[in-house]
Amino acid sequence: MPTMLSSRQTAASAATHAAPHAAVPTPATSAAGSSAAHSARAVTPHSAHIHPTSEPQLEVAKMRVEHLDLHYGSFHALKDVSVDFPKNQVTALIGPSGCGKSTLLKTLNRMNDLVDNCRIEGAITLDEDNIRHDLDVNDLRRRVGMVFQQPSPFPMSIYENVAFGPKTHGIKSRDELDAIVEQSLRDAAIWDEVKDRLKKSALGLSGGQQQRLCIARALAVHPEVLLLDESTSALDPISTAKIEELVIQLKDRYTVIMVTHNMLQAVRVSDKTAFFLMGEMIECEDTQTLFTNPTDKRTADYVAGRFG
Amino acid sequence: MTSKLLKAATYAGAILSTLALVSIVGYILIQGVPHLTPSLFAWEYTSENVSLMPALISTLIMAALSLVMAVPVGVASAVYLVEYARPGSRFVRVVRVTTETLQGIPSIIYGLFGLLFFTTALGWGLSLLSGACTLAIMVLPVIMRTTEEALLAVPQSYRQGGFALGAGRVRTVFRCVLPSALPGILGGVLLALGRCVGEVAALLFTAGTVAQIPSFGTEGIFALFESCRTLAVHMYVLASEGLHLGETYATSVVLLVMVVVLNTLTNFAAKKLSKERR
Repeated sequence: MPTMLSSRQTAASAATHAAPHAAVPTPATSAAGSSAAHSARAVTPHSAHIHPTSEPQLEVAKMRVEHLDLHYGSFHALKDVSVDFPKNQVTALIGPSGCGKSTLLKTLNRMNDLVDNCRIEGAITLDEDNIRHDLDVNDLRRRVGMVFQQPSPFPMSIYENVAFGPKTHGIKSRDELDAIVEQSLRDAAIWDEVKDRLKKSALGLSGGQQQRLCIARALAVHPEVLLLDESTSALDPISTAKIEELVIQLKDRYTVIMVTHNMLQAVRVSDKTAFFLMGEMIECEDTQTLFTNPTDKRTADYVAGRFG
Repeated sequence: MTSKLLKAATYAGAILSTLALVSIVGYILIQGVPHLTPSLFAWEYTSENVSLMPALISTLIMAALSLVMAVPVGVASAVYLVEYARPGSRFVRVVRVTTETLQGIPSIIYGLFGLLFFTTALGWGLSLLSGACTLAIMVLPVIMRTTEEALLAVPQSYRQGGFALGAGRVRTVFRCVLPSALPGILGGVLLALGRCVGEVAALLFTAGTVAQIPSFGTEGIFALFESCRTLAVHMYVLASEGLHLGETYATSVVLLVMVVVLNTLTNFAAKKLSKERR
């Protein structure tokens, strides 16, 4: 088979082959399975043949939104939004209150299904599967985890909080659960603070710890995408810094999409930023470009702090 | 000036209601305790010893039976109303108005219904079962309303958290929502228990006044069709006969103690349950 490829194609295939190993240190999780599957698909001679000059792994869109229109009753909350969320990158959604950024986030894991009178048109895909037609909603929410604005641990022990998700998805073995809980808490950079009090109530933790616990809880089901809905806005600066650092580490293994009110946070953490205004996506660029050299005047005004 | 007056008024209100309770309890204790004799607790009721034992046991059985029927139905319907039904839908409104109305109906009307339906139409006669069914219907709205309140008080974030982890509605409701609502639900059960134990009017029509322990030992399940009297009915009968007033007070002391014990047990259970989760 390789003999059939031109030398240029072989080089491209070799590049895509190397990329996932560099960018995705194999996690000991089921996410490993899916990311492996993903990279396998990208490097099959077959697909290389179809897209001989396709971009390297980094630019693969994990989630893609196409012509999304969303209405709450008669309110047109999102207007013809199209955006790609590249794999293993952090994408920040910014914009003034009520611009639709949180709405978009909640649409990505179908939390908007719970809202009455919410009408959605357009397509959203996760690895090419339409999230509304091809995927079971509970499976989608397992693959696309979410952390909310307010830290919201369940009124259970720290251990039970993290184990809740894996148990939901059928993991019963105590050893396996123990391992997942430890790994998730380590990944969320909170293990050292709670390892001696796993059986204690999660409500006794500080706000910042609770939020990291919620991140651990979301990681415990081995999601592929992590949605952060202004997850640091209720926290103090030190906790915020810890979570930002965490997000930067997590993008090696997850695709992260975060809504933030804090433009400096978008600059610090994200690779790509999308600016929203009154339900429209005005501009979506590399974070650096969007903040230093925006195309649209409204983006320039917003990032310069002239309104918002 | 007005604020001082208002403060005084609330203060007076608090004192008055405390006084009412203290004086009732005190009066009953003073009148009743001297008549608490061993013969009052004999297994057999005779017209001499007017033993309250059969009534005591019947009360426990009656209350347990009606709660066993009412609690699952009441909790289930509240869970439906809060967690499943579309908020504000016509059906929810109808159910809510119905339960509110049911809650306001005097117990004698439940008794009359029980008499016509369970006792006569179904032919169960004056029996434990007729009485328990009537009581169950009577306390159902109490349990529904309190459970509904308790569920509504559960933070929305617990539901969101459950859903966001891919837990379906059933798992989210049972593992995230119901446990937090449990103390509130137990409060409702307690209220219902109080009404069961204190009910007279409805039971006179449906369970009768036979002062015997239902003979589950010999008759098995058929003991459900025996007539029996609860403590409250027992007190009513004794008082209206007018021959054993002292014993009537003694009986009310026992009823009082029983209610306090049941309250404490339930509260203790609720505390323990909520502590485990906190």
